[in-house]
Amino acid sequence: MAQPKVLLLTGYGINCEEETAYAFQACGAQTTIVHVNDLIATPKQLSDYQIFVVPGGFSYGDDTGSGNALANKMRHTLWPELMAFVAADHLVLGICNGFQVLVNLGLLPGDGDNSFGSRRVALIANRTARYECRWVNLLAAETDSVFLDGVSSLSLPVAHGEGRFFAPPETLAELKLRRQIALRYVDAEMQLAQGSFPANPNGSLDDIAALCAAKGRIFGLMPHPERAFRLNQMPDWPERLALEPDSDWRQPGPGRVIFENAVNYFS
Amino acid sequence: MKKTTTGHRLEIFFRDVDLDTRGQLLRDRLNSLELSTVIEEVWLSEVYTFEGDFSPVRLQEVADLLLNPVIHDCLIDEARPLGSADLILEVGFLPGVTDNIAHSAAETLADAWGAPLEADQGVYSSTIYYIKAAAALTVEDRRLVGRILANALIKRLDWKERSRYEADQGMDCIIPRVRLGGGKKVSLVDLDISEAELVALGKEGIIDHCEVESDEPCRMVRRGPLALDLPSLGAIADYFAKVEKRQPTDLELEALAQTWSEHCKHTIFAAAIDDLEKGLYKTYIKGATEKIRKDRGADDICVSVFVDNSGAIIFDDDYLVTDKVETHNSPSALDPFGGSITGIVGVNRDTVGFGLGAKPIINRYGFCVADPGDQEPLYRSAGGQNQALRPRRILDGIVDGVRVGGNCSGIPTTQGFLTFHPGYKGKPLVFVGTVGLIPRKTKAGRLSHEKAARPGDYIVVLGGRVGLDGIHGATFSSEALTGGSPATAVQIGDPITQKKFTDAIVKEVRQRDLYSSITDNGAGGISCSVAEMARECNGCRVDLEKVPVKYPGMAPWEIWISESQERMTLAVPPEKWLELETLLKRRGVEVLVIGEFTDSGRCQVSYRGEKIMDMELEFLHNGQPVKRLLTKVRPSEENHIFLPPLTEFSLEDLFIKMFKRLNLASHAYVSTQYDFEVQGGSVLKPLVGSQQIDGFTTVVQPLPESAKGVALSQSLYPAISDLDTFAAAATAIDTAVRNLLAVGTPLSHIALLDNFCWCSSDDPERLWQLKECARACYETAICYGTPFISGKDSMYNDFRGFDCSDQPVTISVPPTILISSIGVMPDISKVRSFAFVKPGDLLYLLGSGGPEIGGSEYLALLKEEELATFEAQGQVPKFVPADQLPLYTCLQEWTAAGHFRSLYPLAQGGLALAAGKGALAEGLGCELEIPATERSDLFLFNEYPGRFLVSVAPELGAEFEKEFAENSFTKLGRVRADEEIVISQNGEIALQTTVSTLLTAYRSTFTGF
Repeated sequence: MAQPKVLLLTGYGINCEEETAYAFQACGAQTTIVHVNDLIATPKQLSDYQIFVVPGGFSYGDDTGSGNALANKMRHTLWPELMAFVAADHLVLGICNGFQVLVNLGLLPGDGDNSFGSRRVALIANRTARYECRWVNLLAAETDSVFLDGVSSLSLPVAHGEGRFFAPPETLAELKLRRQIALRYVDAEMQLAQGSFPANPNGSLDDIAALCAAKGRIFGLMPHPERAFRLNQMPDWPERLALEPDSDWRQPGPGRVIFENAVNYFS
Repeated sequence: MKKTTTGHRLEIFFRDVDLDTRGQLLRDRLNSLELSTVIEEVWLSEVYTFEGDFSPVRLQEVADLLLNPVIHDCLIDEARPLGSADLILEVGFLPGVTDNIAHSAAETLADAWGAPLEADQGVYSSTIYYIKAAAALTVEDRRLVGRILANALIKRLDWKERSRYEADQGMDCIIPRVRLGGGKKVSLVDLDISEAELVALGKEGIIDHCEVESDEPCRMVRRGPLALDLPSLGAIADYFAKVEKRQPTDLELEALAQTWSEHCKHTIFAAAIDDLEKGLYKTYIKGATEKIRKDRGADDICVSVFVDNSGAIIFDDDYLVTDKVETHNSPSALDPFGGSITGIVGVNRDTVGFGLGAKPIINRYGFCVADPGDQEPLYRSAGGQNQALRPRRILDGIVDGVRVGGNCSGIPTTQGFLTFHPGYKGKPLVFVGTVGLIPRKTKAGRLSHEKAARPGDYIVVLGGRVGLDGIHGATFSSEALTGGSPATAVQIGDPITQKKFTDAIVKEVRQRDLYSSITDNGAGGISCSVAEMARECNGCRVDLEKVPVKYPGMAPWEIWISESQERMTLAVPPEKWLELETLLKRRGVEVLVIGEFTDSGRCQVSYRGEKIMDMELEFLHNGQPVKRLLTKVRPSEENHIFLPPLTEFSLEDLFIKMFKRLNLASHAYVSTQYDFEVQGGSVLKPLVGSQQIDGFTTVVQPLPESAKGVALSQSLYPAISDLDTFAAAATAIDTAVRNLLAVGTPLSHIALLDNFCWCSSDDPERLWQLKECARACYETAICYGTPFISGKDSMYNDFRGFDCSDQPVTISVPPTILISSIGVMPDISKVRSFAFVKPGDLLYLLGSGGPEIGGSEYLALLKEEELATFEAQGQVPKFVPADQLPLYTCLQEWTAAGHFRSLYPLAQGGLALAAGKGALAEGLGCELEIPATERSDLFLFNEYPGRFLVSVAPELGAEFEKEFAENSFTKLGRVRADEEIVISQNGEIALQTTVSTLLTAYRSTFTGF
């Protein structure tokens, strides 16, 4: 299969579906943005796709806990289809609010490779108790993540009010053992942030920024790779131009590889 | 507040108190309040109160849906204080206030149970704060704490000592359901009354009812101001007597008051003024645009100006960009959060309501407040009653409102500013703006900026429901807000409801060509939106009982003029209705037909079969008597500044203090709370360089496949306005335009927006200042060829109240003209920032300054340092926009060629700020030589407009000097490899500091905000 089909969810405050769809398209995928109510009306359509994406946004305004209300809605209406989707050799991506949804759905981190549905970790209010929009440095941990294949480090923006990762000690130990911690916040020298702000923008336990499951086929992260897709989205773009006026704005940014890896998984 | 026994309470809290960051930060904040004791701990719990029957099984299901088992514990119908709290405080909404959390919770229950809640069931959210203090809190302590945690206009605070809490078995179960008397009928209003009674009617409103108390004479209770003056009431009386041959209904009078209000009709800008028969707006604002458009002929960039909810210019062959900047000042003074969130989501609708519906792509903001450190209280009423919010509280609230409104809506908030001036203490100015993008044609080939309702089209309302929100705006006292009466004047936006219909309209419905016209509901609610659209086809007929309401019992006139947010009005051809309704319902959007557009020439409204409004549209829109205003020259005072000798102070000391000034220090704590990256198009971000220094211009790439960018900036000079409103406008226009030139936008593709925020606009001297300001807008815009495409005015920004000694006090804002600029740049590869990027690069100052420092930050600093007298005002810069054109033309060629390394358009703080911030951005120092003939401080700090600090690669130095030989430039020095900032004159060091010292100073002012 050369061109995977991507379903991107929208509705109820999801707001990053268009730029995320663009990123997949630019990497060669075929994308469809589907309103959650339309997916609920005909859940079977999920089986037409190979990649399922819950994009970033503010589903239900983050009320009752970020991602919680949308996860509840999906659990009541789409669970069998989601389980069938995950059981097949498919990919699931949750970005920011999408990650929060996957965590509340129990798709991340899951309970072993094939058991999903219980909530085991949480993404809670930032330690600053404030929304933070800023660029962070990330180190890819040792995982099987399909999305991070060949990636060692990344610079991406975060923008969230509730991104502080929390897990009980025994769950954290298990995540490490099962190599499910995918990305960790680091400082400018690529040393682990060790909880210090702003390198770790939210106070996440163990600087955890992303998780994966199902042998790396399910991936959720707080930062936004679609916002670092091209060179001109980078924060140093104007200064780069000053020194290299002929820079091409279309050149890839650090986030592009995540989408390329997902698309290439099916080639 | 009525206590009920039919409620259930679910309380959710962190199992591990270490995770309760909000409680910890709140404790620290409370301990900064100078309480009489130390707050040792604060623990929070979120409370949901359920009204009606819920079985224990149902309640457990609810708990499972609303809490997160990994981190939360809960209590159901049970009370147990958290931690070792000795004082417990619950904060909840008053009846009728928008409760978004409860709304989402109710939706979650409906999703889970497959059906919405019953009519007699309800969900309400509140928060409990469990407080442990070293000693008991005094009454004053509680007051201080309460003020941080809740605005009494919209929220209730209930305190209980632990003993009381335990005796009562918890906090009271309070259900804030709105209960209205109902049975309100339409009444006729007699206008054949004495002049004194007419004045009272106009100022205080229609008599609602009489309150009779035992022996007292009955007391008239009026409905709140109509703001209709005697000539207007006379015209209305005349019209009804002669044309309709009857008295007007209360609803007709309220509708006329809305339609003719200053807010909707801009009567001051429309009125004849002195010798200007056409008035300020037509002569100077629209007049400038018309002249520019005519002069430019085929190169005109304007497409839709002054006719729609936003203004639109060409983006490229296929798209238009729209822009609109609004103010939301009065509501923000009362409830800063509610005011600003309502403002930002409201102006988003001006984008969705442009043409057939533009997609909001960028938010703007601007907050003008007083010194947040100012603790001196102000009161709205005598005797220390009705205290106004303090500047810090206002600032925090308005910052939060735009954060929640913008972030939840998925619109990047890239562009904004904070301005501080003592004149904003009584009333803050809250500017909110939105840029939109719309294809020039629909799929069916229709021009998307044109729209018109047609006779026979259904009148369709969609989005939120109508409540008592925002009726008669901000004219109430807090005493009116007790018990079951809803907080009518204060509104809180609901961005998710709006996001649902915005997505539906912009991403789905517009393409399907399902409506003839669309507009948003803002001021005046449907009374204005429907009547406005009715002009497109010449008539409308509304069945008011079909309008969806939040709660029963509203009077017809209340439904007609309610300003409840998150609603749009559409004109839908009957054959398209079913498709529209089906689609919107699937998107979770409530949509209803409330009547039809006609060609009767009349605005007709009925309620349950009874005709309650039936009048000519022509009179409704154009029946207002034209005002004539007269101005009086405001004498300017000859005022010289006696500057201190340079030996009397340390230049270095003042240089660093400039970077700490409220207006010049880093406001990054605001920009990093706003998502400036969503939609993925940011090119030049609000913070510049690796050190994240505040910029003043941003660039966004709206289409990922096109190199074109939208550049935005703005400028205002309230301190100059105090002295010379003409200069303030000319300087603001120059700065707003120059900011865009500096990032590589061509002058030929720049448009402007005007926002006048005036004070005491009945005063002929204030009107003269206004006229001068508008004249400057005309002359400067024409000089630069930059048309105005949209504008808004807010004319009465005065606070009248009492100071802490109970003396009457009036605080008026400085006459404020905000100029916002929008430009389209052909290539985002030409964008530059102000950061110095390479050691050895040459630094030049383009343009010339002067010794006048009237209205400058430097003069304000000298006064604070007691180096200048308090009275010193000085002269404002002598600035002639026409003199700038050769420089700007030359500069454009160099930016288009990508020759500059950096450009900083000088503004407040002058060259000192430019050089310092250029150095801070990437941590590269610089060395500058002040020309021998200049006084060093004035050279560094004067705020002459028209200038840029540029850095140029050394190999281009000669070419630069040749190219700009005809323009005034000064070679200043170079960028250093280390972090030293060295400024010298005549070979001697005038000041020396380092990037780290300056950075610390620059970031210090708003630490802890």
